[in-house]
Amino acid sequence: MTATPVSPSEPELGRARKRKEDARLVTGRTRWTDNMSPPGTVHLAVLRSPVAHARISSIDTSEARRMSGVHAVVTGADIAQRQGSLPCAWPVTEDMKAPDAPSMAVDSVNFAGEAVAMVAARSAAEARDALDAIDVDYEDLDVVLDIESAARDGSPLVHEELGTNRNATWTFDSVEAGTGGDVEQALRDAEVRVDRTFRQQRLIPAFMEPRSVLVDPTGEQYTVWSATQVPHILRTMIAMTLGTPEHKVRVIAPDVGGGFGGKLQVTPEEMLTFLMAEQLGRPVKWTESRSETMISGHHGRDQVQRLSLAARADGTVTGLKVDLLADMGAYLRLVSPGVPILGALMFNSIYKFDAYRFTCTNVFTNKTPTDAYRGAGRPEATFAIERMMDELAAELDMDPMEVRRRNWISHEEFPFDTIAGLTYDSGNYEAATDRAMEMFGYQQLRDEQVQRRQRGDTVQLGIGISTFTEMCGLAPSRVLGSLSYGAGGWEHSQVRVLPTGKVEVVTGTSPHGQSHVTAWSQIVSDRLGVPFEDIEVLHGDTQSSPRGLDTYGSRSLAVGGIAAVQASDKVVDKAGKIAAHMLECSEQDLDFAEGRFAVRGTDKGVGITDVALAAFTAHDLPEGVEPNLDAEASYDPENFSFPHGTHLCAAEVDTETGGVRIRSYVCVDDVGSVVNPLIVEGQVHGGLAQGIAQALYEEAIHDEDGTLTTATFADYLVPSTMDLPEFRTDRTETEATSNPLGVKGVGEAGTIASTPAVVNAVVDAIRHYGVTDVRMPCSPQRVWRALSEARSSSATEAESGGGLGSSDSDGGFATGGDR
Amino acid sequence: MIPAEFDYVAPSTVEEAVRTLSSAGEDAKVLAGGQSLLPVLRMRLADPSLVVDLGKVAEMRGIREEGDELVIGAMTSHHDVLRDDLVSEHAGLIALTTRTVADPQVRHRGTFGGSITHADPAGDLLAPVLAMDAEMVVAGPSGRRNIAAREFFVDYFTTAIEPDEILVEVRLPKYTGWSAHYEKFNRVAQAWSVVGVATTVLVEGGKIARARVGLTNMGATPIRAEGVEQALLGAAPTEEAIRQAAARATEGTSAGSDANADVDYREHLAEVLTGRALATAASS
Repeated sequence: MTATPVSPSEPELGRARKRKEDARLVTGRTRWTDNMSPPGTVHLAVLRSPVAHARISSIDTSEARRMSGVHAVVTGADIAQRQGSLPCAWPVTEDMKAPDAPSMAVDSVNFAGEAVAMVAARSAAEARDALDAIDVDYEDLDVVLDIESAARDGSPLVHEELGTNRNATWTFDSVEAGTGGDVEQALRDAEVRVDRTFRQQRLIPAFMEPRSVLVDPTGEQYTVWSATQVPHILRTMIAMTLGTPEHKVRVIAPDVGGGFGGKLQVTPEEMLTFLMAEQLGRPVKWTESRSETMISGHHGRDQVQRLSLAARADGTVTGLKVDLLADMGAYLRLVSPGVPILGALMFNSIYKFDAYRFTCTNVFTNKTPTDAYRGAGRPEATFAIERMMDELAAELDMDPMEVRRRNWISHEEFPFDTIAGLTYDSGNYEAATDRAMEMFGYQQLRDEQVQRRQRGDTVQLGIGISTFTEMCGLAPSRVLGSLSYGAGGWEHSQVRVLPTGKVEVVTGTSPHGQSHVTAWSQIVSDRLGVPFEDIEVLHGDTQSSPRGLDTYGSRSLAVGGIAAVQASDKVVDKAGKIAAHMLECSEQDLDFAEGRFAVRGTDKGVGITDVALAAFTAHDLPEGVEPNLDAEASYDPENFSFPHGTHLCAAEVDTETGGVRIRSYVCVDDVGSVVNPLIVEGQVHGGLAQGIAQALYEEAIHDEDGTLTTATFADYLVPSTMDLPEFRTDRTETEATSNPLGVKGVGEAGTIASTPAVVNAVVDAIRHYGVTDVRMPCSPQRVWRALSEARSSSATEAESGGGLGSSDSDGGFATGGDR
Repeated sequence: MIPAEFDYVAPSTVEEAVRTLSSAGEDAKVLAGGQSLLPVLRMRLADPSLVVDLGKVAEMRGIREEGDELVIGAMTSHHDVLRDDLVSEHAGLIALTTRTVADPQVRHRGTFGGSITHADPAGDLLAPVLAMDAEMVVAGPSGRRNIAAREFFVDYFTTAIEPDEILVEVRLPKYTGWSAHYEKFNRVAQAWSVVGVATTVLVEGGKIARARVGLTNMGATPIRAEGVEQALLGAAPTEEAIRQAAARATEGTSAGSDANADVDYREHLAEVLTGRALATAASS
């Protein structure tokens, strides 16, 4: 028999199925954590430090304890021994400096927003009221905010006991790795050298559902509901942090409303809610306000990127040196130190460089901790290299796409070993680019740009390019091991055919908006020949889905989806044995297609539903076959997958106001084979919005005391559909060779690619005035100031010196407004 | 985001509302559409002991003509203002400005009078009301009184209304036949104005016979750009005349700095946007 299913008449893979999830979600039949209240639930509220760095002199909780409805008031001192230290699963270097990370501050607070006390009360309102009655005395300490000054010797320290603000320095050198040459040599020999410093501003994940935790200690196990991306990791980490035996903890991620990395965390509040439930012996629920998310949920990005690029005069890049400072904030969270390191593997992007050196120093400051945010290290890397390619093009007066073409890996060169030590399995940058250029009308827009420049139009036009790739499908466990990550990257699935022929698919990935239920139904439907409607997907509960590593890093489909494929194939194998027995033939004589085993050359056959019933009754099974039609698989990928694409942005810059309007945006993504084009489209649109938001709108801003001044959506500007252009998207499909579906992952592509496309467009629109950078977000004021400064300096400056190459000699921003 | 405890009453007449307020002293807050007050309560930036909801006071809703005046009830929603023919005909600037306020949800809940009495200098409706020389009719324990818009806006979030008074309606002279424009500049569609310029002009015989210009977010209150108005009088609305007039936009302003704009940029914007507002109004 052949286990490979013959394509049914209309395969599910590739169908634009509407999501199974939506009917329930859009009609409000939802199961958010905050919707649930087991009998006797009390409500938890957390008091947070208003100051960024201080010693706690005293906390007076006596009045709060006396207030109506209050069950308990707990301070850090009360749980100092019990609470343990929050986990960091990614110790990037052996000598990494890591502070103790208590869920609740005990002696000192290190960022504004850190928990200092908590109240459990009969109602959420009473708990909130009691917070106002807690009196905390703070003794101010020096506040450390700026990454660059924090990294210098002699800076005031965030954690006195560490003796430094530097967490770790991680390097990659192509000479040491044996992947290429010496970057210093390349820079010395360069015919053109471009030096730039870019600032990745701090961003705040703006998932729709605020975080919420409910812990019920009244059963044999503690049951923890949490708005998390990582129920499996959370279960293990609760056990490791608090010492509660792992088998006594069950974690459920019910409906979870978005995450973007912001819920890839083991949070202080999860531990605190757990401890309060343990103390009171009754269910305890904590649900945050949006402003709590903003100040205490982890932030993303926040890097200073110094780059030096060496090239020949014909545009061939010969080396890239990257020197990063990455702001960890006050503590290391789950994967904080590893986020910038993920970028190390991506700065070379789709290009063939001869030499590469990457250095990143992680730095502590008195700000909210940073951690994964959609793309996690890869958007930062992609931004830097794509901005540098444009800068190189400008230095050489070449078309920026031509510069890219000269340097990228051609489709004939795959698989390709990169300078960063990865092997790209497949790709076709030419095809995606050709299609995008055609859709965009590149040449017409360039012509219009020339005309506007010649006319001196108030509104100038810029064209921005981003030809990106990313690594996703996290991850081969051996690679994670080599990067000192504390876990593997495999994924698990179980496929169970029920007695009536309906199917349950268990996945260890944990959806929070990505449409796993629909996509997994499509995948398994094709594999088993069972109707799409007859498949249920179970996830997000460590009891029903006991093994898994959850959802982040665009891993679910490329890793978890493959586990489901493998489990399905095992089911078909097993069903074949039973079917052969039922049909009294040899397994080799069976063909399996569209859910039916047929004896080749006859009209005899049996459907998988009949096989399922036979397995259930077990009246007559072949020797050695267990009475069920279930199978499970754990899949550890051999390699990452490498989606890529070409994004083109045309932006209009109003030179009087500095306002930026995206006029058109075209992207052609290659995410490999597509399970459901509707879902892919949704991911691309959302991703684009998020990447454009970094380019133009979003920024976490702190005042000199370390107070976050953008702690509401009135000040932290998340764009809406009103602010975004109509996206024109298309796809090329170059199958990944590393997995049987040929899929790559699409969760982060739009976010990674779009940011540099937009900023390149903004700079391109006003480069002829002398502007070479605008710091993100490219707010109207920053654009206007960059223009004003460029105009005034070009008015006073003598003709610039001869020769190629430019550098921002002061280490600041080359003619870019930074206010 | 849970407000502190407060008592709540919903009177059905202006007199009852005023009586309730005056007996509550200064510790009461008036609730109109709730688009500003509710966030303030939920963030505990205010903790009144009493909230007086005007939502049931029917006489405070609606728009009517009275002779040379257009009267807009303080509790009229932005949505109702926007779709009202009288407003379009006699107060085009109000209609155009209201269109830029937030989004449909906010415009259905938020009220004309609520925006004005909240007196956020970044609020869009203040500058048009000031520019159009509106009169605010307020009711208090000793009856009603009219306050001219120029006297009404006192400071950031502060008006000439006493704690025991409520804004009942706004009376606007009719600007029938005037053209208008509101030039709003903000970072994202739902953000407050960085700067806004409200203008309405009467063009007669190819010349600007009368002009009104108000600025949003260029000081602690909305600002009347009188220098601009004077410069325009009698001028043909040429590019040059508008440029010269707009150059006076920052006279009398006291703009602040925030994350979106420092003072110099804000002043620059005021000039640019004034020019654009005038050009659009004069050509419409």
